[in-house]
Amino acid sequence: MAYVAVSGGQEAIEKSIELLNFFRSKTDKNLDLEAIEKKLNLLIDRVMSEAGFYTSTYAALALKQCEGSVEEAVFLLRAYRSTLNRNYYSLPVNTNKMRVIRRISAAFKDIQGGQILGATYDYTHRLMNFDLDKESSENIYQQMCIVLGQEKPLPVTPCERVSTQLKKEGLIDQHSENNEKPCDITKNILEFPCKRSARLQTLSRADTGFISGLAYSALRGFGQVHPTVGELRTGYVSLEIPYLFDDKEAIDLGEILISEVECFNETSEGHQLKIGVGYGAVFGRNENKAIAMAILDRELENKGANPPQNEEFVLTHGDSLEMNGFISHLKLPHYVTFQSKLDAIRKTRNPNSHESQL
Amino acid sequence: MNPNYNFAFLDEGSKKEIRRSILKAVAIPGYQVPFGSRELPIGRGWGTGGIQITLSLIGKNDTLKVIDQGSDDSVNAVSIKKFIVECTDVNTTTSTEKATLIQTRHRIPEKPLTRNQILIFQVPLPEPLRIVEPREEITKKMHAEMDYAPIWLQLYESLIKYHKITLSTEYPCMVEHRYIMNPSPIPKFDNDKLHEAPCLYLFGAGREKKIYAIPPYTKVQSLAFDDIPFEKESFKGKKCRLCQSESSYLDEIFDSKTGEKFYQCSDTSYCKERQNHVLE
Amino acid sequence: MYLNDPPILKVQNLTVRYGNGCPDCKTNLKKNRCQKCGAVWACNDICLEVYPGEILGIVGESGSGKSTLMKSLYFDLDITHGSAFLKEYKEGTRNIWEASQSHKRMIRNNIMGMVYQNPILGLRMEYSSAANIAEKMIAAGQRNAHAMTHRVVELLDAVEIMTSRMEEAPKNFSGGMQQRVQISKALANNPTLLLLDEVTTGLDLSVQAKVLDLIRKIKARFGISILLVSHDLAVIRMLADRTIVMLDGRIIESGLTDQILEDPQHYYTQQLVHSLI
Repeated sequence: MAYVAVSGGQEAIEKSIELLNFFRSKTDKNLDLEAIEKKLNLLIDRVMSEAGFYTSTYAALALKQCEGSVEEAVFLLRAYRSTLNRNYYSLPVNTNKMRVIRRISAAFKDIQGGQILGATYDYTHRLMNFDLDKESSENIYQQMCIVLGQEKPLPVTPCERVSTQLKKEGLIDQHSENNEKPCDITKNILEFPCKRSARLQTLSRADTGFISGLAYSALRGFGQVHPTVGELRTGYVSLEIPYLFDDKEAIDLGEILISEVECFNETSEGHQLKIGVGYGAVFGRNENKAIAMAILDRELENKGANPPQNEEFVLTHGDSLEMNGFISHLKLPHYVTFQSKLDAIRKTRNPNSHESQL
Repeated sequence: MNPNYNFAFLDEGSKKEIRRSILKAVAIPGYQVPFGSRELPIGRGWGTGGIQITLSLIGKNDTLKVIDQGSDDSVNAVSIKKFIVECTDVNTTTSTEKATLIQTRHRIPEKPLTRNQILIFQVPLPEPLRIVEPREEITKKMHAEMDYAPIWLQLYESLIKYHKITLSTEYPCMVEHRYIMNPSPIPKFDNDKLHEAPCLYLFGAGREKKIYAIPPYTKVQSLAFDDIPFEKESFKGKKCRLCQSESSYLDEIFDSKTGEKFYQCSDTSYCKERQNHVLE
Repeated sequence: MYLNDPPILKVQNLTVRYGNGCPDCKTNLKKNRCQKCGAVWACNDICLEVYPGEILGIVGESGSGKSTLMKSLYFDLDITHGSAFLKEYKEGTRNIWEASQSHKRMIRNNIMGMVYQNPILGLRMEYSSAANIAEKMIAAGQRNAHAMTHRVVELLDAVEIMTSRMEEAPKNFSGGMQQRVQISKALANNPTLLLLDEVTTGLDLSVQAKVLDLIRKIKARFGISILLVSHDLAVIRMLADRTIVMLDGRIIESGLTDQILEDPQHYYTQQLVHSLI
């Protein structure tokens, strides 16, 4: 069925959507929303991070709706988010008070508060476990409940940042608090040079692959930075909004899980060196994305000719919706413009078509 | 109409903000006004700029026409029309004459529009200087200082190299002797229709977050050297196989069965009307 | 003598300083650097005049400030303070360094022409040489393609480049030819002042001689004033009517070229002259 030259575009779309249902129903096994939400945590974290929307339930729904495509799920969430009213702005989150579940520093062998390995795939051996198909989800759930039932929750002891010590030593610049209202990139176009709040928001929401690739290129020489991960902390932080009737009080909305990174590298200060800090923070346990973000934050401080140091290049091309939307739009009919281009090409090749214009 | 969403999908605050940007654009013809582009259920690069303008202007009494490549039946035109109707219940038409709002991708209808009509263009890349300068930071300054030499240089270079101006679609135009603008990927064939038209032309780039406008009776001149007249695409010796038109923009089509090449009007509703008059 | 005509360019007290400077700068300068605060006085209180139809040579070693002077005149860098007056700009009543952006652009396009030592700075290597020359005309508002091409042919002829090469990009040309394209570009809008910054440095001797000869022809044909910068006194001797000697950001000697060569006053100038064969 011709899809545009003749009428029938409407029907073609309807059939196309029906065909999608085929892909979503290739087995009679259930794809439970709770299972997606609670067992595919890292995928959920990635989708939430790129959507800039912290909602594991809707992330699971979106993934189910679109056959697990990260790109489509992020799109669904962003489109939904765009219909919601923003009722409050939270107070700045104090990550010093994070309820840490993982915390490491590559800069020092040991640090105050300790190195807490936490749950990570870093040291697993990537051997496929073929026994997984015999796994009984009920059994492992029951077992985990028993284990948790026997554990006693530890009181939260917030630990000081690694960078705090170095700041006391004067190796890292101390900055006075800047309470300037942050830019809201969801409401305003990016203007260059960018404010740092705009830069950090854009990086945090960026496509994971894009910023990871750029950070990788920076490490390999297309940048100035060879950083050390000063601190990576993953954990729960409280969101609070100011109480309407007394701004000395705040209302606690709940916790979100984030990963936060400070990376260190040598940078010059006149005739001396000091430590420059790059900052990364993302939703969920997307550690590598947080590290990549911190690397790019540092690179963008040091403007230069390499792509990771080019602010417009880095910040304009990382948004999942814009990137995928524009690439996929190439599938739309372009025959009118192509005809115009053909005309221009043909005219240069046909000596008889018109007088040469010059 | 879908009861879960506001009339025309966007909340009233967003619509007001977009209308303010449109007003600013109308006040400064050809100037790209940055705006807080909203995310929609339709992809970035698929018409969200045009759609946001349409959604913020559309009212219950409007009649909507949506075309893509000149055709009402093009897949994406149909999809966009469906979306807008779902959140407004507004009447639609394929007739250029009957529409109050027309959203278009890559063409201006053959039939001249009147002062009661608004044509809304979907724009992928609003910046005409992008072909000579990739950085937004610099192109903004170039517009401010009317530093347009680089784009004229591009035109001159193609004359030296190819003895012809080879810029085809998205052909830059000077608006009221002040701003150079990108008329969106319409063919050069349509550029003249922008000049001193009685209707309102609005341009929306959702992904790039810019809105610009050509208000009624504005001077819009495609860039041309004084001694080298602006040249449109030519269809000399060709005509539409359905309505015999020799003066409209034609699509080159290969028959799906025989592979034979033929030509057909790109503006399908114009073509149908011509065919109907012939029959009468 | 032409020196009685009003100058086409008059520079007064041009200072270009890198760093904030300190009250002790004036008395603590070693070469052009302040011992106390580290400020570099690249140009220190420069005054000069260029008269109609003359070639004014500026000679000095690297670090003397001669290139900084040229770049300041062409608005390639920001000065610290000073004034310059061009007869063609507001009858020489307005300081060009206080002009608006659009006026500065107009001065660069219409009144001055610049030829850089490194052709990459003056040419768009990927565009045809014709387009390079036309660029200046376009920047001055010319919108007639045939007229521009006609003028391109004229200018290429003046710099002895074959018309058939106008479609080629300068990246494919030899160093000497690239300089000649730069010269023709600088002349595109009939400027009254040509700035030549070390234009033959780095070229083979025979090519140098050709370019220098060309400059002489151009001066004769167009009657244009030229500011000629070189570290090579031999080049200056060949072309300049008057000469200025710069050292460490200051002018230490100036006068008719012949006079300076015959009877140099300053120790540094004497060394320069003696090193000439």
